[in-house]
This record gives sequence, C-alpha cells and structure tokens, in this order.
Amino acid sequence: MATLEIRDLHVSVGDGEETKEILRGVDLTVKAGETHAIMGPNGSGKSTLAYAIAGHPKYTITSGSVTLDGEDVLEMSVDERARAGLFLAMQYPVEVPGVSVSNFLRSAVTAVRGEAPKLREFSKEMKAAMDALSIDPAFAQRSLNEGFSGGEKKRHEILQLEMLKPKIAVLDETDSGLDVDALKVVSEGVNRFSGTGDTGVLLITHYTRILRYVKPDFVHVFAGGRVVAQGGPELAEELENEGYEKYVKAGV
Amino acid sequence: MGLETKPLSTLHEKASYEVADFEVPTGREEEWRFTPLRRLRGLHNGTAEANGKILVEVDAPGEVTVETVGRDDERLGRAYVPADRVSAQAWSAFTEAVVVTVPKETEVAAPVVIRRRGESVEGASYGHTTIVVERHARATVVLSHRGSATYADNVEFVVGDGASLSVISLQDWADDAVHVSHQHARLGRDARFVSHNISLGGDLVRISPSVAYTAPGGDAELYGVYFADGGQHLEHRLLVDHTGPHCRSRVDYRGALQDQDAHAVWIGDVIIRAEAEGTDTYELNRNLVLTDGTRVDSVPNLEILTGEVAGAGHASASGRLDDDHLFYLQARGIPADEAKRMVVRGFLGQLIERIEVEDVRVKVEEAIEAELAR
Repeated sequence: MATLEIRDLHVSVGDGEETKEILRGVDLTVKAGETHAIMGPNGSGKSTLAYAIAGHPKYTITSGSVTLDGEDVLEMSVDERARAGLFLAMQYPVEVPGVSVSNFLRSAVTAVRGEAPKLREFSKEMKAAMDALSIDPAFAQRSLNEGFSGGEKKRHEILQLEMLKPKIAVLDETDSGLDVDALKVVSEGVNRFSGTGDTGVLLITHYTRILRYVKPDFVHVFAGGRVVAQGGPELAEELENEGYEKYVKAGV
Repeated sequence: MGLETKPLSTLHEKASYEVADFEVPTGREEEWRFTPLRRLRGLHNGTAEANGKILVEVDAPGEVTVETVGRDDERLGRAYVPADRVSAQAWSAFTEAVVVTVPKETEVAAPVVIRRRGESVEGASYGHTTIVVERHARATVVLSHRGSATYADNVEFVVGDGASLSVISLQDWADDAVHVSHQHARLGRDARFVSHNISLGGDLVRISPSVAYTAPGGDAELYGVYFADGGQHLEHRLLVDHTGPHCRSRVDYRGALQDQDAHAVWIGDVIIRAEAEGTDTYELNRNLVLTDGTRVDSVPNLEILTGEVAGAGHASASGRLDDDHLFYLQARGIPADEAKRMVVRGFLGQLIERIEVEDVRVKVEEAIEAELAR
C-alpha cells in the first residue's frame, strides 16, 4: 500500500537575500485509496506544496522530509519522482510546440513502465482513455497543449494520469477555469482512478465546487504556509458557508 | 551591364555582374560584418584559384529538360544580377552552368535532383544554376551539396505566371567545406515559390536567398533549418523585395546551436516599396542555444515605404531551452536528456514536416537525430 509522508516541510523561493519562505512546516500523510482535499485562500502555499513534491527547480526545500513508501523523494530528480509513482496534474499545463500528444504519451508511458508498449496496444489504450474523457481522437496528432482551451488542457492532464497510473496523484487546481460539463468529465476521471484503490489523491482546490463530484475522505485547510485545520467532508461544507476568513487570521 | 542602384531602400544597395564594382570586403561592411572573412579561402578577394573540382549529377523526370551549357547561354543571369562581391566572382568565374526547364503546363510529381559533390577543399569552384518553371507548370527541385569543397555559386529560379516551384537546398557538406551561395527567385503573376534551406554541414556556409516579384499575386514561403556544432559558421541572409502590389511572403528560419564557437547568423530583410500596396509579409527567426560557448546574431529588418499594407511583421527570439518545457516532460517520467531531445526535435520538426519529398525529409530527420546524439 503506497504511502506519501510529508514531515515538517519548509520551502522557500528565490535565492540570496531575496529568499521568501512559503511553506512553514507542513505535515501530511496520503495513502493509496484515500482522497485528501487541500483547501485554502490564494497565496496560502497550496501550489508550492504541489510543485515542491514534484521537484520544480524554482523551489528550495530548507528542511523537512518527503518520502514515498519510505524512499526519500527529495533526493530524486524530477523524472525519477515520476517514475517512482508521483504525478502532478498542473494548473497551467505547458505548451510544447512540435511534440505530438501521442508521441509524448508514448514516451512517458515507456519511461514510467520501464518498457515500450507495443504500438498497436498502446494506440488502443490511448484511444480508450481519450474516449472516456470525451477527447476528440484528432488531438493525438496535435502539438502538446498548443492551442488547447483551458478545459482541453485539464482533460489531457487527467488522460496522462489515467495512462501513467501513479501511486500518488497531486491535482493542482485542476478544477479552476472549468465549466460544469468539463468539471463533471474531469471528476469522473478522478473517481475512476481513485476508485481502483491503488492511488492516493491529493486534490488542491480553491473552491468547494469540485467536492460535490469528488468526495474527499479528509479535508485540510491551508493558510500562511501550513495546515491550520483538518477534518472530514463536513469541513468543506463549513468553508462553503463561511469562507476562509477565520483561517486566514489564524495562519498569520 | 553597369551598376544598378535603388536609392529608396537601404537594404538592397547594389547589383552588378562586374567583380570590380564591389570593393574587397574588410569585415566592417554591414553585409560582411558577421562573416569570418579569413575562413573564406580567398573567395572574396580574388586570391582563390579556380581549380577546384565539384561533380554535378542531375536526375530529372522525362518531361523536364536538363542542359549543361557554357557561359554564353543567353538564359543565364536574366533573373539575377549579383548582389555582392563573392556572387559577382562566382558569376565571372563559372565555366559550365546547369539549366533546368519545366515546360509550360507540365506538372511533375517526382523531384528534379541536382547533386553536387566536392572532392577537396584545395582550389575554389564556381557554379551557376538556372531553373525555369514555365507558366502554369509545377515542379520540385532538390539541391544537394556534399563532400569537401570551397564553392561559390548563384542559383536562379524563374517561376512563370501561375507556376509553382518547391525547392529544397540541403547543405550536407563535410566538416571542412566552405560554401557561399545566392539563391534568387523571380516570381511571375500568381506564382508560388516554397524554399527550404537545410544547413547542417560545412565549416562556413553563407546562403543568401532572395525573392523578387514581377507581377501581383506572387506568394513566397522561405523556410530554413540549421544545426550549428562547435566551430561551425552557418549564415542565412534573406531578402524579400516587394516591388509590386498584392504579393505575399513568409519567412520562418529555426536553428539549434551546440558547443564552443558554434555561430549562427540570420539576417531577414524585407522591403515593401511604395508601389507594393496590399503586401502581406511576416518573418520569423528562432534559435535554441543548447550549450555554453555558442553565438547567435539574428537581425530582422523591415522597411516599409507605403502605408497600405495588408500585414507586415517580424519576430526574432534566441534562447536556452525553456525550463518549464523540460520540467513538464520530466514530471511525466521522461529523463532530462530525452526531454531535451524531444523539445529540439519538436521545435525543428515543425518546419521539417513541411518538406514534401519523403526521402529528403527522412534524411533530414536522421541528420538531426545524429546531431542530437553528439
């Protein structure tokens, strides 16, 4: 059973005297089969947590630890983390001109699974996964994310997630900018892979809207770079009604 | 014929068949300041002896006429007047020219392939090629350059009314070759011209593609892909001269550079003259710098002498691989080296995939792979 453990994580951005501490001691444990929602106001450090777990070079870990099944994640390069079973669905997926969706997916699947899938089987698998997310098959030949709408980009993040089958998936504001139909398609995708029980989900969101479709087992409220409250789904309802006001004060 | 000047534009100053009409370049001139003259082996100052050897071989479909002619053939030099000293030197010194004629209303599917192979860098070689595509004809020409040589030449493309010509010029020279070339296209009414310059080999390669329009409706697309390795100088100097109304031009050149003293130069001159109303033009140059020690000079110049244009723009960007691209691919498990290769392949591939001749396209893709594996 996969487990991601984050202990007393401190993260800064910038270098030299311009350094700014964004995460100030985060503790979190996510196990396969569990869905955790991380909620919080803008600037509370939610996205920093996501990128720090994935290993983006912009962020510096100043202390604390992150382990996946006991292995030190912070020692791994970005691609090693992905191959170890971590996945980050990005809020702003990057456009890569000239790299087609199918070529990219095949390279990623080959890297993560450790061997190249047979072309025919891969094509079949990709088509089925695209169908499930209502993605037009013509997208397979298009440049990665180039000219995609916001909703199309997010669907492709979930497509990658479903094909790479990570142990732990971090979804960074996958719901923002989606209309209700796209939100439902994306949520169904999330429920499909979390329903297998093999993947732990860390769902980072600003809004409670997605939690109508994806039911979290745990809700954590983020403010001022740390977790200031934890609870079950009822905590999300409280936030829906009362907002982040009282937590913003507590986090400062 | 004497000196012609077009005083209205500062971008296209001189044209003459006489070597003496051009001063020996010193390296301070705008048109020579990026070129390492001492590596030209005397092509620019008259010291190069014309005793080099280049083998020429032409494959052409039956409907196309291919001739090897002497200097006095009256079809030569009709479309193009040399625009700099090396070009005038090549015009004055070549002994045989290749003339390819695609008769009117003939559409040939198979490409005309002109192969030139140099045997040695000792002694200079000079060449001339004239490709005539008569009205409403359609053809594809591949110019292939390989081996070792010190070579200067002029290539004329005469594209007739309603005709269409696609050219792929492959500079696949050995590491020690020097090649200075002018490729000039003259477009008739509603003519279409597409050119791909692929520069991969050679010690110093300086190609000057230019386009002139003789009537409305001309359409030129100029693409280029280059990959400069350590010590290589790859220079492309484009000139699109919109002299008449309602013509279109697109320029997109992209290059990658790696290792010490790899040098790429791109000059993109576009003139829209006062009478060229309704011109639609856009030029773009992008460079990916893969290692330290390289140098890129990219200079777009757009000179607009009329207020009535349909569109005119240019862009130039040179930089390292985007960290966010690499992060995204790596975050999906793809190792850093492979992610880098994918991004470069994609960046150049968007132009390579436009090459319609399949075996040339495959060859270029393989050559890029070999560069990336170095």
